[in-house]
Amino acid sequence: MTPFKPVLLEAVGVPEGYTLASYRSRGGYAPLEKILREKQPLDVVEMVKSSGLRGRGGAGFSTGLKWTFLPKDHPGPIYLCVNADESEPGTFNNRLLMEDDPHQVIEGIILSSFATRATTAYIYVRYEYPESWKRLQAAIDECYAAGLLGKNILGSGFSLDIYLHRGAAAYICGEETGLIESLEGKRAWPRIKPPFPAIEGVFRKPTVVNNIETMACVAQIARRGVEWFKSIGVPANPNNPRDPGSYGPKLYCLSGHVEKPGCYEAPLGITLRELVDHYGGGVWKGRKAKAAIPGGISMGLFTEAEFDTPLDFAGPGRVGCLGLGTAAVVVLDETVRMVDFLYNSCRFFAHESCGQCTPCREGTSWSLRMLERIRAGKGRLKDLDLLLELGNTMGMMPGSTICGLADGAAWPIKNAINKFRDEFEDTIKRTNPEGWMVTDPVPALAIVGAH
Amino acid sequence: MPVVIVDGQEIEIGADERLNCIEAARRAGKEIPHYCWHPGLSVVASCRMCLIETGQRDAATGKVSMVPKLVPGCQTPVKDGTVIVTESETVKESRARVEEALLIDHPIDCPICDKAGECLLQDYHFEHGQPERRADLHPFTSRKRDVGPTISLFVDRCIMCTRCVRFTREVSGTGELMVTNRGAKEEIDVFPGFPLDNKLAGNVVDLCPVGALGDKDFLYSQRVWFMKREANVCGGCAAGCSIWTEQNQDTVYRLKPRENPHVNTWWMCDDGRYGWHHLHDESRILDAQHRAAGGGEGNGHAETAFQPVEWADVVTRLRADLEKAGRLAVAVSPMLTVEEAWLLCGVARSIDSSAFLALGYVPVEGNDESFPGGFTIRGEKCPNRKGVEEVLAAFGASGKTWCDLVAHIAAGHADAAWITAGYPKAWIDEPAAAAFAGLCCLVVQDLFDSPLMAHATWRLPAAGFAERAGTWVNIAHRAQSFRQAIRPPAGVWPEGRLFWNMLGRRGLYNPTAVRNEVAESSAAFAAIGGEMPATGVDLRVRQLA
Repeated sequence: MTPFKPVLLEAVGVPEGYTLASYRSRGGYAPLEKILREKQPLDVVEMVKSSGLRGRGGAGFSTGLKWTFLPKDHPGPIYLCVNADESEPGTFNNRLLMEDDPHQVIEGIILSSFATRATTAYIYVRYEYPESWKRLQAAIDECYAAGLLGKNILGSGFSLDIYLHRGAAAYICGEETGLIESLEGKRAWPRIKPPFPAIEGVFRKPTVVNNIETMACVAQIARRGVEWFKSIGVPANPNNPRDPGSYGPKLYCLSGHVEKPGCYEAPLGITLRELVDHYGGGVWKGRKAKAAIPGGISMGLFTEAEFDTPLDFAGPGRVGCLGLGTAAVVVLDETVRMVDFLYNSCRFFAHESCGQCTPCREGTSWSLRMLERIRAGKGRLKDLDLLLELGNTMGMMPGSTICGLADGAAWPIKNAINKFRDEFEDTIKRTNPEGWMVTDPVPALAIVGAH
Repeated sequence: MPVVIVDGQEIEIGADERLNCIEAARRAGKEIPHYCWHPGLSVVASCRMCLIETGQRDAATGKVSMVPKLVPGCQTPVKDGTVIVTESETVKESRARVEEALLIDHPIDCPICDKAGECLLQDYHFEHGQPERRADLHPFTSRKRDVGPTISLFVDRCIMCTRCVRFTREVSGTGELMVTNRGAKEEIDVFPGFPLDNKLAGNVVDLCPVGALGDKDFLYSQRVWFMKREANVCGGCAAGCSIWTEQNQDTVYRLKPRENPHVNTWWMCDDGRYGWHHLHDESRILDAQHRAAGGGEGNGHAETAFQPVEWADVVTRLRADLEKAGRLAVAVSPMLTVEEAWLLCGVARSIDSSAFLALGYVPVEGNDESFPGGFTIRGEKCPNRKGVEEVLAAFGASGKTWCDLVAHIAAGHADAAWITAGYPKAWIDEPAAAAFAGLCCLVVQDLFDSPLMAHATWRLPAAGFAERAGTWVNIAHRAQSFRQAIRPPAGVWPEGRLFWNMLGRRGLYNPTAVRNEVAESSAAFAAIGGEMPATGVDLRVRQLA
């Protein structure tokens, strides 16, 4: 395997790499100056579109295409929201970008705002990232001082203000319309779509929501060109007209039971095994891997046998996972009990479900309580079927919820039980020898409280 | 006309109607169950009970392509060719699962819940739910806390439809209610120190599809299945909100708004909602009484005691008294219906053909109060000023007011006065009442005693708003007819019955007959003749010749 020279993570390890001077010394802001001088917004949209850049936030939607959904000739204002509410368990690539190379992100934001004709950009930073906040704010201040932000940037006639907005620590704020509601000062309940944010977003104006890493990619595409970007990654599958390909470098967050956890930059399409072995130094303590989360907990599970699946936008789907997600890989070694894994996953989603849609609000909490009971040695085989039914019926895909949080809660349930059913059954039978086979309905009313 | 296909049945909708699937299906007689959607509130599509299958029929080929997943009926607009499937297995399973999910944490304390019998959760469970409980969880017990002076919240009964929250934000504009916490631990609550205390607060109880919000005024007072409801009109102010009067054996237990797009849409104010207690007040005047004229000039008849009079005798003796007295002045109360006012004017003119007719006292409290959702509480606290004014105009007494009447009497132009009142609150003070002291005959017809009664020779009871039948015309010229919701207390004749009998008309008092007579006799009332829609008619809309 040929080593990949980091591009997005260029500044990592560079002393004071987060300053404007350091960023300029690496060639930063030169492409921006050139584009503002010579190009039109549509040229930038075309550039990003032709690069095949797909959103890095999780859904993998084509960034350039998203920009074209904005209404034509809108009187404005148009907003750009940058999603830095990085709360998918296992994910920390945005933090690295914001802390070590904030100017790269800001250059991407300026370029994207120029392309979408946005004059105001918001960066929604999650509450738990105080350092990112400080670095970003310092970088924004530097940019204002250098004339890279504010009115009439570099004499181009284009103006842009960037505001940082600090979240209050909720997973749902990472959902784009939840983020918009939160940004507007409301409870982060995802909005019903349509209208999509491109038509009615922040303050009911057209809005583009992009991820921090996507912004960094835009900056790199502007600096290194579309050809460079397309030379990395996995080309589109010619047999599948709906596959736009997975181009460019990607930041993989590797954690869990590996020797060297960390954020590694690699071309899209690297397999999970390569990532673990080459970058992560293998599974820790000489143990064997049992499973891995391919892209944040909501994407599901790889079994050890599936580790050779490429981590591109199409790969995880081929082994029954939801998708690439945030490319946050968490490795579970052979000592992990899958009941415990699923319990943790359910606990997370029951805690983070915003509570708006009934199937998600009640389903996540019910699945958690079933897992609690199974862990307490009172599981029944019937519970596995119930869990699977919950997993199959809650979410945006079956249509039973507004946003994708429930899909994210459902996938680990479905994957864990389908792929490790034997282990679940063994656990239940072993821990509940008396009652594992019971299928009777549970008596409904034990207590009725009076007032 | 656009055509929508509901379960295979084609229905036409208006070309510029904007309907969602729930409304379109309702036109086809199909009820799509729903909790969070309410026509008067914004769409949140969060309860997921109204999930259905939809598709689109191609106009050219007639082929139907279905959406591959369930969609919320409330959020999905219909257009020409929209296909709605409300009865498929997928839809039924989805409804059963939502019902199951809602019941996981619900206390299921129906036996002690006020909502039982009119609870959507109950109804939908029987219709769409699963026969057995698969969740092995003990439901919460039902915690109760006050969220305002009139409203209690039974926290765990709540299904988080957020109708109440949206109501306080969008209609009352007060925003007291909010959602706290997250996920299954979510609760409706108020911010400490800011209770749910606005004049529209009671509506949240009607909006609540389950028993989570309880009206303290009604709480535990009556099982809903014992009550009968009658379409009625609120007499609390000049807005004339359409209401349901819910009663059991002539006792009112609560009032609820009745949907009327021309008047109150779906709401009513708390003044009106709780404004029925005077009907059952102990101090009401409950029989007709008379006392002989006597006593000193200007000092009324205080020393002579009232004697009860049989109603049959009232009819004859009252007429004789008034005829004997001479010049008559009549105050036609704006609490009377159009029919009653019409009959009263007729009676007055039959006694004294030049009787002075004027509008009765019009109680006013402050100014009109408007809310962001478009609802307005009127400062004029009587339901039928417009109607009485039109009746007076028909009798040639156009524009005569209470002040004119007082001046008329003060100037000594009248020997007898007949004051109809029927106000639920105190309305006249002693100095004002003194103007009526010197009359030979003073008839006062009221709900309660007032300083005016000190000078009365006839003390007659009045009927309360739910005890009347007839037509009221609200401040926006909308005439609404209603029937009697409860019988008045024993011994009380509604005004209309007395007037009917004093005119010597046969049979029982028939407000419908009088209404048709009014419509035929007066051009201003032409619109109220014949069948009246439940939502009333606009008096200004003249029927075509």
